[in-house]
Amino acid sequence: MSLATHYYEIGRMDELARADSPIHRLDARAQILTVAIFLVVVMSFPRYETFALMPLLLFPCVLLALAGLPTGYLLRKVALAAPFAICVGLCNPLLDRTPIGQIGSFTLIGGWVSFASILLRFLLTVLAALILIACTGIHRLCAGLEQLGLPRILAVQILFLYRYFFVIGAEGARMLRGVAMRSTGDQPPPWRLYATLAGNLLLRSIDRAQRIYRGMLARGFDGEVRLLRPATFGWREALFVAGWSLYFLAVRQGDLALRLGRALE
Amino acid sequence: MSHHVVEVRDLHFTYPDGTEALRGISFRLTHGEAMAIIGGNGAGKSTLLQHLNGYHLPQRGEVRIGEIPVKATTVTAIRRSVGSVFQDADDQLFMPTVFDDVAFGPLNFGLPAADVEARATAALQRVGMEHLRQRPPYKLSAGEKRAVAIATVLAMTPDVLVMDEPSSNLDPRARRRLIELLRSFEHTRIIATHDLELVVEVCPRVIVLDHGLIVAQGATRAILNDEPLMLAHGLERPHSLRHLHPHG
Repeated sequence: MSLATHYYEIGRMDELARADSPIHRLDARAQILTVAIFLVVVMSFPRYETFALMPLLLFPCVLLALAGLPTGYLLRKVALAAPFAICVGLCNPLLDRTPIGQIGSFTLIGGWVSFASILLRFLLTVLAALILIACTGIHRLCAGLEQLGLPRILAVQILFLYRYFFVIGAEGARMLRGVAMRSTGDQPPPWRLYATLAGNLLLRSIDRAQRIYRGMLARGFDGEVRLLRPATFGWREALFVAGWSLYFLAVRQGDLALRLGRALE
Repeated sequence: MSHHVVEVRDLHFTYPDGTEALRGISFRLTHGEAMAIIGGNGAGKSTLLQHLNGYHLPQRGEVRIGEIPVKATTVTAIRRSVGSVFQDADDQLFMPTVFDDVAFGPLNFGLPAADVEARATAALQRVGMEHLRQRPPYKLSAGEKRAVAIATVLAMTPDVLVMDEPSSNLDPRARRRLIELLRSFEHTRIIATHDLELVVEVCPRVIVLDHGLIVAQGATRAILNDEPLMLAHGLERPHSLRHLHPHG
């Protein structure tokens, strides 16, 4: 996939965030809080837990369904980040050889279990974060974070980081196209060229960023990003946060998967 | 209404690298007038425009919008009454949807939500782009982007419109629409451009810049018909005027 295509792929998250669904209509604060509690609960499980984590999959699944998000697209995004999680967990089976179970003649060692646990946690957390962005969009997300007490300067930083990411992406894609158009010989362009391009990209981006900032100033920007949609934390939001939090705690406290299994026996 | 008056007196500006961009510019524009600023590349057009909305402050001389001199303490008020449309619409559109972008200015003025909504809708209707309100700006065509950029400025109900190359990158139809739109405005308009045919149609007055100085100013037709003057400053006599004055 070319850089330019990636650039538009990311823009798709903004498009998803503009959709209308019961989840999209929730105040961003409720979504941020719930996802934050979800992350803490996922991380708090002991390292050999795998099955106990399973019931937590309900949260992303319900959100995906209610918000009408494209599951395949979001899973591809998760897969894009998977190498990081795999790298982190890969050494576990080599280092942690504690036998913790026996399946036929195969001894299950702790390393493999914790590796599986890392992958599952990775799936849960990254998917939840992506769903959060796809249901709120960066502007509402930042506004929500600010209302929750994040210093305004940080919220604006995130917003600009995001906005300029697109600017630099577009600029970079144009430069690479320029290189591709003129490197049709047998020899690939030397690596040194990319150092020059990187420097050039930085200078161009600074210029561009300055022009955008000037555009914002010209329209009265004073450091606060205001949004038209009224943000109200009502009973819907309270119910959303409380309901899910209770569910997460129930999963964390009792081994819900096991109990459900027993109940069904 | 006196706040539509734009007055520039002996304006000088030198960039930190020593480039003297403006070397003593003076002009006065009254309510509802449309004036073009023409000149070759690097003549100082953009620098001059950036003084009108307080992005640059005068190093010497003075810029007045109505009663207010442009200085550090007045830029907020200045930016309320001077709307700037940039050369590259992509620099001007930065919100997730067209509507959010048009609402950005009025929201920053602290207007109530209903007013912001009404103003943004009116501005989009004025430029004929109301149907695009939920679209992300980066997916629009160049002509649509330009029209939306103009709407973002109209939503701030400025007295003065300052535009840098408004017709660049537009196809003939989009350019034609832009010209009709510009002609219909009652604002005081200052337009920097290389599109001399647009100048003939929109601006009765023109100033010619070269190396930071005004080399000519006055009635558009008289100046644009002066072939030696135009050629001397990197310009040319527009075609439409040649047809009107085949022997002139």
